[in-house]
Amino acid sequence: MIRIQSLSKSFLGSPVLRGVDFEIHDGETVVIIGQSGGGKSVLLKHLCGLLKPDDGHVWVDDDDIVPLSERRLAPIRSKFGFLFQGAALFDSLTLFDNVAFPLREKRKFTEAEIAQRVAEALEIVGLAAAGHKKPAELSGGMRKRAGLARAVVGMPKYLLYDEPTTGLDPIRADTINNLILRLRNRFQVTGVAVTHDMASAYKIADRIAMLHEGQIHAVGTPSEIQATTDPIVQQFIRGVADISQEVHSGNTANY
Amino acid sequence: MMTLLTRLWQTVFDLLSQFGGVLLLFLDIVRTMFTRRPRWKETIEQVYKIGWQSQAVVVITGAFTGMVFAVQTGLQFHKVKMDTAVGPVVAIAMLRELAPVLTGLMVAGRVGASIAAELGTMKVTEQIDALRSMGTSPTDYLAAPRFSALLVGLPMLTAEAMACSIFAGFYVAVNMLNIDPAYYWHNMLKFTAAKDVAAGLIKSVFFAAFIALIACHKGFNADEGAEGVGRATTQAVVVSSLTILIANFFIAVVFNSIVPI
Repeated sequence: MIRIQSLSKSFLGSPVLRGVDFEIHDGETVVIIGQSGGGKSVLLKHLCGLLKPDDGHVWVDDDDIVPLSERRLAPIRSKFGFLFQGAALFDSLTLFDNVAFPLREKRKFTEAEIAQRVAEALEIVGLAAAGHKKPAELSGGMRKRAGLARAVVGMPKYLLYDEPTTGLDPIRADTINNLILRLRNRFQVTGVAVTHDMASAYKIADRIAMLHEGQIHAVGTPSEIQATTDPIVQQFIRGVADISQEVHSGNTANY
Repeated sequence: MMTLLTRLWQTVFDLLSQFGGVLLLFLDIVRTMFTRRPRWKETIEQVYKIGWQSQAVVVITGAFTGMVFAVQTGLQFHKVKMDTAVGPVVAIAMLRELAPVLTGLMVAGRVGASIAAELGTMKVTEQIDALRSMGTSPTDYLAAPRFSALLVGLPMLTAEAMACSIFAGFYVAVNMLNIDPAYYWHNMLKFTAAKDVAAGLIKSVFFAAFIALIACHKGFNADEGAEGVGRATTQAVVVSSLTILIANFFIAVVFNSIVPI
């Protein structure tokens, strides 16, 4: 379980997170939605200690990771897989070596075991034939899938997805969504995804949490979020620039 | 007046914080080198990139500096009938000062820029965060191999520049200035000593550390976007070049007080 307690973070004096409280239960996939620049990725990076908060705590299982040094965070981070927004593949390595990287760093596996697990991970994401390619030779969708393979190859307990479908066409985006669902069903991982793609959120989420003005504004299942009468949530999930105009024009079918 | 003082304080504060950042990186690298398993593959790759691939630049710089130094001193010394002093002058100047400094500057331009740009790009494309998210320390995986490679590579490049400059100076002195090769060589050996070579090589070890630390620090702290990476790269070259020139004076003073000429 991941527990976030009174988490606050500012950049250059501008508050981004203002006392976030939230819990992510084992085995569920939580999608965090919210406006661009609203602090979703910042919140995600706090979950595995990539950012340190100004105030508050993040509990991963029984450990408060906030006071831990980089060295003491390493064993905690081995519980996580992270799909970055731009995939963050290492340019100098082939796709195979990128996916093998977390296994080689653990120094627990033989090269034969690594080759087998990498092949499995690439198979899951449909890139079995592309292992020899460098990241620069891959399309955006292939890079996301490769990033996903690297995130899951170490069999993490927690998977963090930063904008997993952003920048992809609807078909590629749905492929990624299906992959996330397959990974959850196959490996029983706890997932936290950050997105403003509502189709993706409805498809992969067990619960959706909306981050608004630095705080968790609403939490619910996809159907609860769709049915809510909260104007801020409705404005966001319907993608309306000015919700009051929609109300006056009588277009309130989902309220 | 207050604005001027505020700006001055800000500049001093920035300089101190940069210095502190470089010092912390140095301590982290040293701790990593003593507590983590050495990364031979990455270090050898960096020795190849930093050392082997810099040879052409260093050989050309050393050779042509030795040649021009021999021509200029030869023409001046000829006026006072001291032609055979060209050898010792070229050798001592190259061994103690010019070879380590010019090699350091060339490597700061070629390698320092490359390190800062590579690490800066990794920073802005979240590759550094990806490393950290997998429990791998960027200092261990990226900075320590580059630091070690420069510490090995730069003294070897400096030695190569020393040799090239001396032989190139000898060639020019004998063939263009018609100085007797036996006298040239004899006088050069008579007035130079192992401590002159040691002075240059010891300097190059310090210069290697400065280049690696400054370039890695600038790369790790690059601002977002292409502009941020460009700025980090420029700063890495400028700051490491200036550091080499300034440190050269102080290292020379300290070395001369320990081992007098």
